[in-house]
Amino acid sequence: MSSNIYDFSKLTGSVHAWLSGLMSSGWVTFTELVLVGLVFLLLYALLGLFLVYLERKVCAIIQNRIGPNRVGKWGIIQTIADLVKLLLKELIPIRKSDPLLFNLAPFIVIICSFLAMAALPYAKGLQAIDFNIGVFYVMAVSSLSVVGILIAGWSSNSKYSLIGAMRSGAQIVSYELSVGLSLLAIVVFTGSMQLSTIVESQANGWWIFKGHIPAFISFVIFLIASTAEINRGPFDLAEAESELTAGFHTEYSGIKFAFFFLAEYMNMFIVSALGATVFLGGWMPFHIGNWEGFNHIMDFIPSAVWFFTKTFFIILIIMWFKWTFPRLRIDQLLTLEWKYLLPISLFNIVLIAFIVLMGWHF
Amino acid sequence: MFYLFSGIILICSLLTITTRRILRAAVYLLCVLLATAGLYFMLNYQFMAAVQLTLYAGGIVVLIIFSILLTHHISHRFKHPDLTKLVMGISAAAIGSGLVIATILSHKFVPGTAPELPVNMTEIGNQLLSTGKNGYVLPFELISILLLAAMIAAIVVAKKEKNKNSEI
Repeated sequence: MSSNIYDFSKLTGSVHAWLSGLMSSGWVTFTELVLVGLVFLLLYALLGLFLVYLERKVCAIIQNRIGPNRVGKWGIIQTIADLVKLLLKELIPIRKSDPLLFNLAPFIVIICSFLAMAALPYAKGLQAIDFNIGVFYVMAVSSLSVVGILIAGWSSNSKYSLIGAMRSGAQIVSYELSVGLSLLAIVVFTGSMQLSTIVESQANGWWIFKGHIPAFISFVIFLIASTAEINRGPFDLAEAESELTAGFHTEYSGIKFAFFFLAEYMNMFIVSALGATVFLGGWMPFHIGNWEGFNHIMDFIPSAVWFFTKTFFIILIIMWFKWTFPRLRIDQLLTLEWKYLLPISLFNIVLIAFIVLMGWHF
Repeated sequence: MFYLFSGIILICSLLTITTRRILRAAVYLLCVLLATAGLYFMLNYQFMAAVQLTLYAGGIVVLIIFSILLTHHISHRFKHPDLTKLVMGISAAAIGSGLVIATILSHKFVPGTAPELPVNMTEIGNQLLSTGKNGYVLPFELISILLLAAMIAAIVVAKKEKNKNSEI
């Protein structure tokens, strides 16, 4: 049905064939590793910069302001200027901190988001690693970033950082459950944890439409829980400016602070991309059942465009959350997770298992 | 790659027990667990690797770090242990590792001839809940009951706290 979607494995295959003609197989693997690494680094940096710009513009629109508009047309170079400023800033060493851990923490956070990015399918045939446990892998890797946050809070030897880290730890550890359970709902529908299989299974309709109301419930739970897991407002207790100055990264300056900042935005991208892949069909175009003509027209839009459109749709929802809702208290936050979201998602899983058992889904 | 991972495991295990700062010990332990996950990835056993990452690195180490955060101050350093304790500990470790190494060396390893099996999630799930040959349903259920008991116990403990101070 979706035969005329451009398959990126043709491109990567031809690159591989070209490199194989030039050098021996060991060097081919090495060169490809370097190439893939460079592509990801570039994607990471560009997306990070763009997301910061987008956040400021969205915030400005919601608050009825103009936002950055001086550097470049519509202020589009503003974040690059900010980046240069951050690069030039002094790195302040804290005398009574634990220097090793203090310097290690930003890298843990950023490495985790890199690891998670590797498994995402960006377009048809464009995926760095296709694990047969893709969803689980992304969950596992992103759960590691909390270690970086906890270490950052502890090693900077400041009470604001420590409280911020504790809050963030409690929050991430508990909301991980809901994220996992809501993703599990679609895994039950698909019968596979492989991200490429999940995308393929949505060729005749996205799971959010095919999975009746339970899929929609788990999508909403996923949105809430993942917003909490990436420490964004209204769940940004870890860095509540009014109480904790800047939370766990209070003592960080210059490029180390930029690492935390960038990792936060990239985590938002990863979460949205995962949500788009699992619930909204990833790079799969919008197909309706057997409408061959309609599906055929939709196939002309490149798969990467579909992927990024859906991802940015979810990103915009998450940003909308942040600038609309007031920040929760820590006890409200934990009540929401343990008394509402978790029971609902557990019940939802049972319901979905029943639906799949009876074969009621499309 | 294997030597890289095992080197990380060895060095970080040593550092875990020799460092005098408790959080650094936890971080070195994390490195050991991550390198072990790397070994699982090398074996193409991704499920085990992801379980290692989630349970050990994401769960247990986070729990350890959490409790350190609650109980220790950053300036806290462990004292060097007494000489007798040191000697006793090292000798116990030496005897243990000697036994393990002797067993490994005396065993003749035959390279397996069976074809490599793809580790399928569906198969793992079916095997876990099968009552037939090689089924794991009994241990699975036992562990579930144990976990349930632990969870109920935790809730009971938390409830008692709640009655004492009516604030929360």
